[in-house]
Amino acid sequence: MRALLMRTCLVDHAAPSVGRAARVVLERCGVDVVEPRGQTCCGQPAWTAGYPDEARRVASHTLQVFAGEDPVIVPSGSCAAMIRHAYPEAFAGTPDEDAARQMADRTRELTQFLAEHGLNPGCSHRGSVTYHDSCHMLRLLEEKESPRTAMAGASGIELREMEATDVCCGFGGVFSVNYPEVSGRLGEEKARHAAATGADELVSCDVSCLLHIAGRAHRTGTPLRVRHLAEVLAE
Amino acid sequence: MSERPVSYEDVTGTLRERATEALGDEQLRTNLRASAGSWAAGRKRMDEQYPFQEMREKGREIRTRAVAELPQLLDQLEENLTATGGVVYRAADAAAACRYVVELAQREGADLVAKSKSMATEEIKLNEALEEAGLRVVETDLGEWIIQLAGQHPSHIVAPAVHLNREEVADLFEQESGGPVENEREALVAHARQRLREVFATAQIGVSGVNLAVAESGTICVVENEGNGRLVTALPRIHVAVMGMERIVGSWEDAAHILELLPMAAIGDDAAGYVNLITGPRRPDETDGPEQFHLVIVDGGRSALRGGPFEEILNCIRCGACLYACPMWKSVGGQAYGSPYSGPIGAVLTPVLEGPHASSAGQLPHFSSLCGACHEACPVGIPIHDLLVKARGQATEQRPRSERVGMWLWSRLWSNPVAYGIGRRLARAGARVLGRRGWIERLPGPAGAWTSQRDVPTTWPPKPPSS
Repeated sequence: MRALLMRTCLVDHAAPSVGRAARVVLERCGVDVVEPRGQTCCGQPAWTAGYPDEARRVASHTLQVFAGEDPVIVPSGSCAAMIRHAYPEAFAGTPDEDAARQMADRTRELTQFLAEHGLNPGCSHRGSVTYHDSCHMLRLLEEKESPRTAMAGASGIELREMEATDVCCGFGGVFSVNYPEVSGRLGEEKARHAAATGADELVSCDVSCLLHIAGRAHRTGTPLRVRHLAEVLAE
Repeated sequence: MSERPVSYEDVTGTLRERATEALGDEQLRTNLRASAGSWAAGRKRMDEQYPFQEMREKGREIRTRAVAELPQLLDQLEENLTATGGVVYRAADAAAACRYVVELAQREGADLVAKSKSMATEEIKLNEALEEAGLRVVETDLGEWIIQLAGQHPSHIVAPAVHLNREEVADLFEQESGGPVENEREALVAHARQRLREVFATAQIGVSGVNLAVAESGTICVVENEGNGRLVTALPRIHVAVMGMERIVGSWEDAAHILELLPMAAIGDDAAGYVNLITGPRRPDETDGPEQFHLVIVDGGRSALRGGPFEEILNCIRCGACLYACPMWKSVGGQAYGSPYSGPIGAVLTPVLEGPHASSAGQLPHFSSLCGACHEACPVGIPIHDLLVKARGQATEQRPRSERVGMWLWSRLWSNPVAYGIGRRLARAGARVLGRRGWIERLPGPAGAWTSQRDVPTTWPPKPPSS
């Protein structure tokens, strides 16, 4: 099976190892991974900030780069939700409307794709983790199970659920810089809940949340290791 | 902008300043956490006992249909209510609604108005209008009375004094009565009952809100838990009910469903204490009830929303569930929002009712992490998180120039793979130069807002704290 990997802009800029890990996970499942050249961003930063024209400009580019029939795999619940949830609306009434719907239909977050096709990357990692349900994964993609299925499929991973795992970490895109104090406080609470599980590390399907939580934990002196779930599954 | 905007005019500072101040109030946060926690427990019980998802879908269908048929339903309501001897006044805006009630009070020689809880009157600032005209207005809902005594604005749609605890309430009661008041739940309620009874007995006008109007019979429903709503609507000589124009359904079948959903969503219980069904004034053969019944139907920017991108906000049944579910509201409470409508629903409703370009509340839609907990909690399935995004897009001219220019530039650079590639290499190089021991503690320019709260890792996975 062939699939197009969308690394996402945040992975490109801040966490390149997550893109490589996503590729390893998929290849180990026998997927023929293609990383389309020229890929940039799904357009979400402008969309959620209230700049639909600017968002469409970037999203149109993404529609072109990922054109075709192959599934699009994204190691981010939030970016996948942007494409699945917002693209049809963002392009409604434009010449790209059909292409947007078509891309929405074949886009999946990484662990969703694994679960849907019953794929197991055969992770050999041994250790305990706690999982943060990122909001767009949980409420826009309505996906709570697929990351847990992926972890349950790895015999060495012990999942320790944290308190309030489904409560927002406070990142929220532009919210994090428009209202940094409230955002920071929510991040601190999330880091505390994660650390309280005593798990070796905090994992999630979104680098954005992890950057925020880890950054706040470091600032406030909360001992916390974070990794994207794909990085654990790739071991 | 109407003469009386939805937002409170006496609120000072920016939303960020108010939110940050509230964030530092530990007592407030303890109170909010306790109330949101008990709501969540009740709500969980409801989810277990009832097919809430199905009920939610049906609720959404009922409200969507009512909003679609709004003009006809209002005509039908008016016709049926007028036939019972009631008077209907349709107010285009807050000022017209207030003027009507003030003139009525003056014409009838009233000097005391007893009020039961109403968001519509809070929206149109009726208390201020009546007080400016020299009338005394007393809130009789316990929470509203507490807020009135404290000289504050409500912090929640359903539970206005939820940000205060028992000690704070006892202090207020002592100040008001000039005597000692015991700091016990029952003693506080008994004290309020004693003081408010005088008001029910002497007020010439009772003002209530309307949770739902039923067009087919010309009835209004007032849902409450304290019995004060029943007294306000039954004892004074004149009853004035004020409703937002969308607070209506066609049939009793629809009404029954909404009235069932409301307490489940609002208080996590399957019944409210009192559901008052009022169809016009006292009839000639009846011994009690008000002699006059007036229904003030407020447009206040609502009809302009029909058929537009914000139409679904009119489906709201004012349960307040999205407030209790919202991490932002739970962090700072409702008063920081500066509007009677706080939380996620208020962050959309306030600017769209005021008109986005005229609104002083343009900051509100940005005060959300868009986590979607509001949509999940909403008993009629309003996609509040999507409406927040749309509301942000309505008034970008009010945003900082740096943001507007930044977005323009960003969209041009990131739709170009070459520019994107250069930016990416620069960012990686910058991280290596700036990062000491794996973390950056301060970034220049607009990115400084990020590092005001968080460090930035220069490696991934981030270097864990040295131990």
